[in-house]
Parts: sequence; structure tokens; C-alpha cells
Amino acid sequence: MDPECSRLLPALCAVLADPRQLVTDDTCLEKLLDWFKTVTEAESSLLLLEENPCLVDLLSHALKFQDVSSRILSFSLRLAGIFAAQENCFQYLQQGELLLGLFGEAGPLGFPAWNVPSVRSGWIQGLCSLAQHPSAEQFLIECGAMDTIFSLQGDSSLFVASAASQLLVQVLGLSLQGRATLQLGLPDGDWPSCAQSIVGYLEESLRSEATPQVTQALKVLTTMFGRCHQPWTEALWMRLSPLVVCLLEKDPVPTAHSLVDLFLSMARSPVFGSSDCDLWVTLAQTLSRLSPMQAGPLALGILKLHVCPQALRTQAFDVLLLPLACVLEAAAQPPGFRSCVYPPGLLDGTGSSLAMADALLASTSSCAGLLCQSLAHLGELQPLPHGPRLWPQAPLLKATVTTLCFCSGSAVPVSSVGGRLCRILAGCVRVQRAALDFLGTLSQGTGPQESVMQVFAILLEYLRSPESSPTVLKKAFQATLRWLLSTSKVCGSNDPGCHTQPFLRELFPVMQKRLCNPCWEVRDSALEFLTHLTAHWEGQPGFRQALLASDMPELAQQLLQDPEAYVRASAVAAMGQLASQGLHATPTGPEHPGAQQKSLLQELLHILSTDSEGFPRRAVMQVFTRWLQDGHTAMAEDLEQFMARVFQVVSRDLDWEVRVQGLELARVFLAQTLGPPDCPYAVALPAAAPPIPPIEVLRTLGRVQLLEFAFRALFDCDRPVAQKSCDLLLLLRARTAPDSGLQGAGGGPDTATVEAALRAWQAGEQGQPLGELVPEVVVAVLRALDLEGLQATLAQSSDHVEQSPRSLLQDMLATVGALGGHEADCY
Amino acid sequence: MQCTQIQINHHYVGLWFGHDFHPQFPSFAACSKELKECSGHVFVDSVPEFCLPETELIDLSTVDVILISNYHCMMALPYITEHTGFTGTVYATEPTLQIGRLLMEELVNFIERVPKAQSASFWKNKDVQRLLPSPLKDAVEVSTWRRCYSMQEVNSALSKIQLVGYSQKIELFGAVQVTPLSSGYALGSSNWVIQSHYEKVSYVSGSSLLTTHPQPMDQASLKNSDVLILTGLTQIPTANPDGMVGEFCSNLALTVRNGGNVLVPCYPSGVIYDLLECLYQYIDSAGLSNVPFYFISPVANSSLEFSQIFAEWLCHNKQTKVYLPEPPFPHAELIQTNKLKHYPSIHGDFSNDFRQPCVVFTGHPSLRFGDVVHFLELWGKSSLNTVIFTEPDFSYLEALAPYQPLAMKCIYCPIDTRLNFIQVSNLLKEVQPLHVVCPEQYTQPPPTQSHRMDLMIDCQPPAMSYHRAEVLALPFKRRYEKIEIMPELADSLVPIEIKPGISLATVSAVLHTKDNKHVLQPPPRPTQPTSGKKRKRVSDDIPDCKVLKPLLSGSIPVEQFVQTLEKHGFSDIKVEDTAKGHIVLLQEAETLIQIEEDSTHIICDSDEMLRVRLRDLVLKFLQKF
Repeated sequence: MDPECSRLLPALCAVLADPRQLVTDDTCLEKLLDWFKTVTEAESSLLLLEENPCLVDLLSHALKFQDVSSRILSFSLRLAGIFAAQENCFQYLQQGELLLGLFGEAGPLGFPAWNVPSVRSGWIQGLCSLAQHPSAEQFLIECGAMDTIFSLQGDSSLFVASAASQLLVQVLGLSLQGRATLQLGLPDGDWPSCAQSIVGYLEESLRSEATPQVTQALKVLTTMFGRCHQPWTEALWMRLSPLVVCLLEKDPVPTAHSLVDLFLSMARSPVFGSSDCDLWVTLAQTLSRLSPMQAGPLALGILKLHVCPQALRTQAFDVLLLPLACVLEAAAQPPGFRSCVYPPGLLDGTGSSLAMADALLASTSSCAGLLCQSLAHLGELQPLPHGPRLWPQAPLLKATVTTLCFCSGSAVPVSSVGGRLCRILAGCVRVQRAALDFLGTLSQGTGPQESVMQVFAILLEYLRSPESSPTVLKKAFQATLRWLLSTSKVCGSNDPGCHTQPFLRELFPVMQKRLCNPCWEVRDSALEFLTHLTAHWEGQPGFRQALLASDMPELAQQLLQDPEAYVRASAVAAMGQLASQGLHATPTGPEHPGAQQKSLLQELLHILSTDSEGFPRRAVMQVFTRWLQDGHTAMAEDLEQFMARVFQVVSRDLDWEVRVQGLELARVFLAQTLGPPDCPYAVALPAAAPPIPPIEVLRTLGRVQLLEFAFRALFDCDRPVAQKSCDLLLLLRARTAPDSGLQGAGGGPDTATVEAALRAWQAGEQGQPLGELVPEVVVAVLRALDLEGLQATLAQSSDHVEQSPRSLLQDMLATVGALGGHEADCY
Repeated sequence: MQCTQIQINHHYVGLWFGHDFHPQFPSFAACSKELKECSGHVFVDSVPEFCLPETELIDLSTVDVILISNYHCMMALPYITEHTGFTGTVYATEPTLQIGRLLMEELVNFIERVPKAQSASFWKNKDVQRLLPSPLKDAVEVSTWRRCYSMQEVNSALSKIQLVGYSQKIELFGAVQVTPLSSGYALGSSNWVIQSHYEKVSYVSGSSLLTTHPQPMDQASLKNSDVLILTGLTQIPTANPDGMVGEFCSNLALTVRNGGNVLVPCYPSGVIYDLLECLYQYIDSAGLSNVPFYFISPVANSSLEFSQIFAEWLCHNKQTKVYLPEPPFPHAELIQTNKLKHYPSIHGDFSNDFRQPCVVFTGHPSLRFGDVVHFLELWGKSSLNTVIFTEPDFSYLEALAPYQPLAMKCIYCPIDTRLNFIQVSNLLKEVQPLHVVCPEQYTQPPPTQSHRMDLMIDCQPPAMSYHRAEVLALPFKRRYEKIEIMPELADSLVPIEIKPGISLATVSAVLHTKDNKHVLQPPPRPTQPTSGKKRKRVSDDIPDCKVLKPLLSGSIPVEQFVQTLEKHGFSDIKVEDTAKGHIVLLQEAETLIQIEEDSTHIICDSDEMLRVRLRDLVLKFLQKF
């Protein structure tokens, strides 16, 4: 321990033990415990207590006075546990019977403070820390703590109950550690007494008619099997499994969620996955016993397992497919009604009868919940490498499209189940969102031509429908984008494929309307969609042609003046994307003869200078950076003047993210000005243009005001800005200083002025002018600045100084001292 | 106009709702000058005529009261009040009266501007009509169609309206109380609660749960209804008003951006207020700040001004603005900044100010009269222009038929804020009436979308439906009437507690019934004998008031009664059980006592002393009061 801390500790312990000195801030005590934990992990606890007897005094104090504050009592219990985690220290504390006092029946259990949940929690956490060695196990039995632990399982405070459950797991693990499975598995198996009492408690709970008690026992087991993968867990399961399986035979199955969690936790454990135990049979039985809604999460969990029998996997997959199969059946026409051949059903062989569908779709909430769950779970499965081997892409596409038809009211069912589905699903936004999400996921697979056409038709219907809510519309845009991109990949080129070209012709008029929608979320989604679409296809003639034939570029540009900041930001991004490929609206179109149209560049600069919201300004900076990287023509004209204007504006921006973006722009500009770095190992190619001499580089940077911006940002009150600037200046120094031939004008009057200004800036006086940044001065200042030191400081979190233990102790003493001062003032 | 009528104690209450007061326009017959053909359709060239409320089932002269739900459904009022012998009272809220007046005034004005010498009548000849193509040949009751009323008739009709406020209780002939409640659909629109002391009928028509400009719908007061009559639901259940407003704005913006004009055929009040409010927020984002909006109607100015002064009838947000003080509707600001201009007609100032591209709101939404006709003629030939239909009352295809061929784009965005079926379902769950009564159309999916099982009323118990001209017995019976006891009579009563918590008293009084109110008054004192010379006046003829014997209550426990008899010296007593009670046989005295639930008979042969003795013994077991 830091000697300074050691010095402060007695005073702190005295303060903590003093009932008149109230520690009002719980976080200080938490930090203190964290610190002790760190200290004890590195040092011997016994030594620590011997060197700092005040700590033992503090612990004893908690026992002496029953009116000790609940905070301090809880703290003392946890602290004692931390120390007693080491067996020798445990023995030391036991000699004074301190531990028995703290955790035994005569201890805080009888204090009035026991009613406070934090004290009970502290008691449990103390024991949790302590239960690390065999002596602890014996102690728990001797001090009679086990019964208290059992009773706390059902504590009124959820935190206490949860911690008690964790403690039970910890103790059971400790007790059974290293035991042989075979030995435990015998009918008269030699179970240690502690384990015996816990298992007895679990058995009693599992037999209970009270659901909360069963749930507690199942939670303990779930944690146990999730955390501990030792062979003895199998023996534990063999002992308890008959009771658990009994639960499955009840109707309805109690605590179904907890059972699912337990079985999945076991299935993930290597102990059960690789053994011959009957877990897989139990899982199969559970799948068939639980209601479809309860079985869904279990089915998903099973399908995510790496090791699992194929038959079980198929059964689980069927559970997930069942609701969609019902939708397909409900929508199907009677035989002979239509000539068109439907894709094969999702559940061939098992046949999801209409009666089953009837039962499944009993009420609105259960139907919507089940479909959403099924769609979400299937969506999670599709991308998995070990997902279902036979992914029924075509029927799933059909089922999803049909679900969306039911939701939009465009499905025309003939069966009574279909009629009911129609009533339940019409306008159901929840299912619409889930189905569109899943439809998007399905774009990763292929489908028959007819299905793809149906997908585009339903997407267009949703995009076109005035009934689509903004959130549904956003999902529809996302799904459309995924399908457009996937079909173009299938077509073998990056150009919109043969299916999509006609679709685009219908899509763009719809999008135009969406860009004019009074709801800002809709305008925003439409702009984002346009941006993504353009990013993927901007170079493709088919897309360019369709886009330029529409009014979308003009509408997007108009939205730069939207009243909603998010929309302006999206419009900036969209225009940036369009303009980088020359797809933006021409400033002087025939419909605006003689209009004084500002160029897009000027318009974006205007947003950067005047927009009251941060999002559009950040978007502008991102566009400028990308344009500069791509060498966009709009930037080429008078680049220096433009950059100077941007840096001037950005350096005054109040949003730190805009300033960081400004520094990113500066980095790109610097990299382009410097040219590629010399690489000694590169195969030398004749340089296209000779590198610009450093002196010229520095002059250019000075002219565009990059240097002033970077120096100002170096002392920015927002750490990310200062860090970015530091990195930038380090790069500049590395590339200009070594062989620049420039002699730093160290000690010169100009350098002194600049350095003085920088010192003033560092002290927070940003108003002081910087002075002239001639190359020589810049080089000297860069050399003089301890950029590496600054970088290291900035790399640490901003509160690293305040987080030191010494600071913590001082702060606590000062706070309590201050309180004492107030008390004195009262007299 | 459709009408639901309720008969209560021989009084009739007509409940008016619906938008079916439509001009009727038949088509075809090559043999007549009054028929004209246009793009394959035939139309009657005539002064517009109107189909009147049906009178076959209801003799309107017997209707005592008309309750008006909202200003859209009172357009036929002059036909009823002025030409049917109706002498009753009409109840409506003030905004309903004022805006209803504006709508009628606009209608009369539009019709008067296009004078025609005479109505077409030749085609109405039944022999001619049956030869005409549909829909002319299917038009019903064409002989009853009438020309539009005059302003004089409007004023006369409106003068019969008695103004009421929300939650105001109006006594109708002592039989029932009627109360208007906010229905949330339009300014002053009402649902009506008709209740007696023991029954409650709610009439819900033209209601909205959406947050628009009027005061929100009062649902709480509809609770505990025995019967809820539900009508006037949305005409376009598949069109969500929010989505339609979005479509309206998008199409408007796209048209104007391309240099086109937008024509919105509309009524001068109602949804237009919400549309203007929506546009107020929208025009800046859509870059429409420089586009003029024109509102042309003979009552445009009054409509915009009236909307601002009915603060108490507005939604909470708008009411609070009044105290700031700010105008509740933002169209005031649109007018101030010259973005919205209103004119009584296209003549005069409008022709000077008119510039394009622009957006014009004008009537009539049927496209058969009013200034909208001029704009269709003016803009119909250019595909740059758009006509956007927002009123759900008219088929836009039928409305546009005489203008074909039309290059102008047509957009149908019906905005109907009235209850849809999901909202009805929620409303019924909230209000929980014992019975729901509704038109049969609401109990099945629309004929064109028979698979949409969601587009019908679904409630438990199933709604009772009625069809046209059906007489329906409402599912409750009047069992009780409330009777008032005069204080002096009440003072004279001496209640006796016969069971814990139940006291009884006998009342001798005169039941006075007038205007369906029943009052118990003290009986008049017996009059002193008058001198023989004075003749008794008829008014002094009072009912005979005999001295009343006390009433008995209680039951006779047979065993105890037998013991008492024995105590009093009777012997040889036999008890027989009968279906209704017991018979106590005093064999020695040859006497029979028949004890039943509500009577006791002592049968003995002319031994009056014995009978009286036995009677007194029986009376000991009974309470007197």
C-alpha cells in the first residue's frame, strides 16, 4: 500500500467509526472497497491488517454498537469478506471471533439495521467474498449462516434475493469442488454436509407448490450450470432431474421461462453436451410440452448450439416455423381454386393443420407476439454459420410476404382462420416492422424469380401506402435497400439488375412524395435511403439515368433548409453523396432562369457557419472530408481559400464533434499536401511529382489557417479534440522537422510570442493572438512543445488524477471534515 | 339525410346525422334536350335538385324534438321545418347553428349564381326513366326531389333552433332529459344522452377520437348506458387521416414545385381548419413559403373568423392560446403574412391578386356548382395541375365525370376523422353499454372488401342492427317511475323498521301527475258539512278517504302458534301441511285456521267471539303499521 494512504487510513477509519460523522456518499465507500480489493489481490491481507490495526478496529466497532449506520455496517461486512478471502487472514480474524460476530447468528441479524436491504446485501456479499477456501465452508455451517442464506432467497428486495442466489451457487461450488462424479452419483453418495443442505433445500423448493420457490431453485441451478463446468455438476443434475422433469408434466408448466433458461444453460455446458445424459430427450420433451410462445426462446437457443442432435434441431426449427406455416395455410386457397402452384409448405410432413392455427391465433396480442417472436428468432438464425442446414428460403419468403399482405389488408383469404388473421393483423405495426426486418434478412439468400418479384411488389406497396407509419416506412426502406443490393449482386454486376430497373422507375416517384412528406421522420428515412442507394450505385449508368430523370436531387437540395435538424443533416449527407458523382441539381436549371443560385459548396459552407444545430454541421464536415479525399472537383477550385474559410469557422464551433471532424479534414489536407511518406522498403517508382519542400508545406498550412486551428485545438477543453490535434501535430513534426533544412528559430522574438500565446491558451485565455506562424517559428514551437507528454496525459482518462486512492481518501476526509465544520458553525 | 327516431312516452325525438344530403345528378336519354352526353356518360342539365329526408315512415308533423349532431347533418332542416307541418323544437349547439348557417348560406349563394329557367322534369317520367342507363334509371323517389331552399327559409328554419351547451340537461316534457356531449368531430358537434330516472340511451354519431381542433370526445358521460345507438362512423375506414394528410401535402408540394396549381374542392368549414394548420407547419419545410394559398367562398371570411371566437368549443391546446392571448388557429398568422388570402368569389379583388402557381381551396366538393367549376375549366387541360379531393362525401370519379377528358392530375385523399372500427372497439370497451344498436352496414365487412373482417363492429353481446325503414324495439322495458313526495306529506310518515335497514310506512295521498311528473300530495282534509243551500262545487269533489285499517306484516310460526293456542285452552289441535302453507284444525271447536304466505283465514261456524279470540291470537304474531 502506498505509504501516504497508509498514513491517512487511521484518520479515515476513525471518521468512519464515528457515528456523528455521516458519510453521505455511497460511491466513496464503493470506491474504497474496490481499492481494498485491488490491494488484497496484490498483497497479503494478513500483513495489511497487521500493519494497519485501525482496520480491525473499524470492523470490531461495527459489532460493538448496534446503532451503527446501515452504510457503515454494510461496508464493514463487505470489507471483512474481502480480507477473509485469504485463508490465513480468515484464521487471523477468526481468532478474535470477529467473523463469527459479523456473520454469525448473534451478529447483525439481530440489529435493527438488518431491515435495511443494503445491510443484508452487504452480509451476503461479505460471505460471497469469504467463501473461497475449505475453512470458509466449515465456518458457514458452524455459524449457522446456511439457514439465513436460504431464507434470503425469497427476500423482498430483488437485489438481495439475487445476491443470495449467487451466494448459494458459490457455496455449492466450493463444497463440491474436486469431488468425483462417480462417488456422488451413488445412491448413498458421500455429499459434503454443506452441499447436502443446499441440495436438500433445492429439492424441497422444486417440490414446492409455490411458483416463486420453484423459480428460485431453477435460477440457482441455471447459474450453477452456467458458471461451473466441472464433472460433479452431472451428478447434481442426476439427483435433481426427476424433480425438474416432474415440473414438465404439470399443466400448465410452471415457471416455463426459468426452465428454458436452465435447459439452455445446461445445453451450453460441455459437461452435458458431450455426455450420454438424457438432456436432449428432456429438451425434446420440453419443446413439445411448452406453449408455442414459451417454446420459441428454447428453440432459438437450441438452434444456436454448436453441438446438438439433428433431430432435436429439426424439432426446434419447426417450432419457430409453425406460426409462419399457419399464416401460409390460412392464406392458401382451396385446392383447384387457383392454378398457380404454391411453394411447398414450411412444415412438410407434420402439416400445421388449420385447427392448430386456430389455437395459435386465438387473440390479437398472442398472435402478434408469436409472429414477431418467430420472425425475430428466424432473423437471428439465418446469418449463423451453423444455422439450419436446409433453410426453406422460398416458403419463408412467401410466408413473410403473405404476413405483410395480411398486415396491409391486401391479402384475400377464403378460410375462416384467414379471415381472423386478417382482422388481427390489419394495420398491426409491430408485426409489419418485424416482418420487414426479416424480409431484409432474407435478402441474403436467393429465391425464385416469382418470389423476388413478389418481394419488390410488397415493398413498393408499403413504400407507397399512406397508411405506413414512419417506423414501418423506415424498415421498408431498409429492406428495399438490402434486396436491391442483393439482386444486383446476383445479376453479376454492381449495376441495378434486370428486375430492379423497372422497380426503380416506380420507386423514384414514390420517393419524391416521401421527400415531401410532412412527417420529418419520413423525409429523413427517404434521404438516408437515397444516400445509401447512391453510395452503392452512383457510377452505374442505369441508376444515374433513372435518378437524373426524377426530381430527387432538387428535392434533396431543398431539404437542406428543412426546419428539422436531423433532416438537414441527412440532406447534407445525401447531397454530398450525389454531388461527388455529379448527380446533384445543376445550379441554373431552365426552370429557374436567372435565379441567383448558390453553389452547393457555398450552401454547405453556409450551413456550417450558421446552422444552430450540431448534426447538420457535423454532416457538412464529413462531406467536406470525403470530397477532399476523393478529390471532388468542387473543392479543386481555390482550395486554399476554401480550406482557410472552413478552418476559421470550425475552430469557433461550439460542438466538439464538429471540431474533431475539422481536425480530420485538416489531417487529410495535411496528408495530401505532404504527399505519400517515403518508405525505405517500397519498390521505388519514379515519383509523378517531386515532393513539396517542407518550408512550402508549412507556408501552405499557415495560409489555410490549419496551424492556428490545430494549436488552438491542442488545448481544447474537450479531450478528443486535443488528442486529435496532438496526433496531427506529431505527424506534422515527424514529416517536417527531421530533414527540413529549417532551423528552428528557437529563442527568437517571434517564437517567444507564439509560445507565450500558447501558454496563455493552455491557461484558458484563448483571446490572446498567436502571432505570425512563419515556418521557422512553427518548427521551433513544434520542437519545444512536449507533444509526446501531452499525448500520454490525454490518453489517460480525464479523472485519472481524481481516481487515485490517495485522492479518494483525502476527499473523504475533507468531505467529512467539512461537515464537521458546519456543525461547529451551528453553535 | 338519414334519421333515427326514438319514441318516448308518445313523444318523438328525431336524431339527425349523416352526410346524405347530396345533390342528385342523373345521366342519359338521347331523346331529350335536358340530357347531355359527355365521354360516354349522360347527365341531366338542370338546376341542381336535392333528395329530401324520407317521410314515409315518419310523419314529421308529429315529431316533437330534433336533436342535431353536427353542422354537416342539418342541411335539410329548412325542408323539414318549413314544409312538413313540423311544430317541435330543434336543439343544437351554437357553433353548429352558426357554421351550419354558413354552409347553407354558401349553398344558396352557389345555386343562385347559376340561375336556370326551370328544372328538368321530363326524364323523371317513369316510362322515360326506366329506359335510361344506370345510375339514372336506379335513382329513387325522383319525383320528391326539390330545388334548393332560399335564404329566407334558412333563416326561418334556424330561428327554430334552441341553443344548448355541452353537458346541459334539457328536460323534455318531464319524460326524459337530453344532454349534448362533445363528440370531438367538429366545432360544437354533439353526441346526445337521453335518460330517464332509470334508463339511459346514448346516441353516438359523427364522433372522433383524434386530436384535431374541436373539444375532445366526452366518453365518460356515455358510461352506464342501457343502449348505445352508434352511427356516423368514418366513410373511409381504410384511410387513416394522418396518412391522408401526408399524401395531401406531398402531392401539393410536388405539383407546386413543378409549376402547377393545386385545386382543393372543400366545404368552407371543418377539415379545412386542420389542413391550413398542417400547411402552416409544412410550407417552410417544403419550400412553399412564396406560394399563395387562396380560400374562396362567400362565407370564407366568416368561417375563418368564427373558428377563432368559439374558444370554449376548442381542444385544450387551442383554448389555452386564447389566454395568452393568441388566435387559437394559426391561419390567422397565414392571413397576416399574406400567405393565405380569402375572397368571397373569383370576381373582384381575387382577379387582381391572382398569381400562379397557387393553391385554391373552394367549393362545392360535388364539383357541380360553386367557384370550383371555374377552376376546373381553367386548369383542367394541363397535366401540371392537380385536383386533390379531401372530402369523403363524394365519389371523386362521379364528381369528375362531366369534366372528362381531363388532363389535370386527380388525387383522392379523403380525410375523415370520424371513428374507425378499431376506435369503436376501444370506445365500446371503455363505455361498456349493455346493448349496441347500429345500422346493419356496420355489422359486416364492406361489400367491396368482403375479406376485411376488421372493418366491422365486433362487440359482445353482438350489436343489434337495423336496416332502412326498420322499426326496432330497444332492448329494455320501463319498469319504474320516480315519484316525488311533498315535504309536508313526508313529515307525516312514521316508518317502522320491519327488518334491519328496511322501514315501511303507509302513505295515504293523492297522486298528482302532470307533464310526466308524479307527485304525492297530502290528502285533503275532510270537508266540513256545508249548508244545504250551497251547491257543492265540482272542484271540491274529493276522493273518499276511508279510515284505513293498519297493515300487517310478518309470518306466523306454526309451532309457536299451536303452543299459544294450547296455552289459551284449545286442545285437540291438528296441523296439516298444504301446498301453500298450513291448516290448523281445532277439532273440538270445529274451527279451521288456514295459514298461507299472504293470507290467514279463520273459518268457524258463526261463533264470532271465538273468531275474534283467534284473530287476536293470530295478530300477536304479526306487526302492524
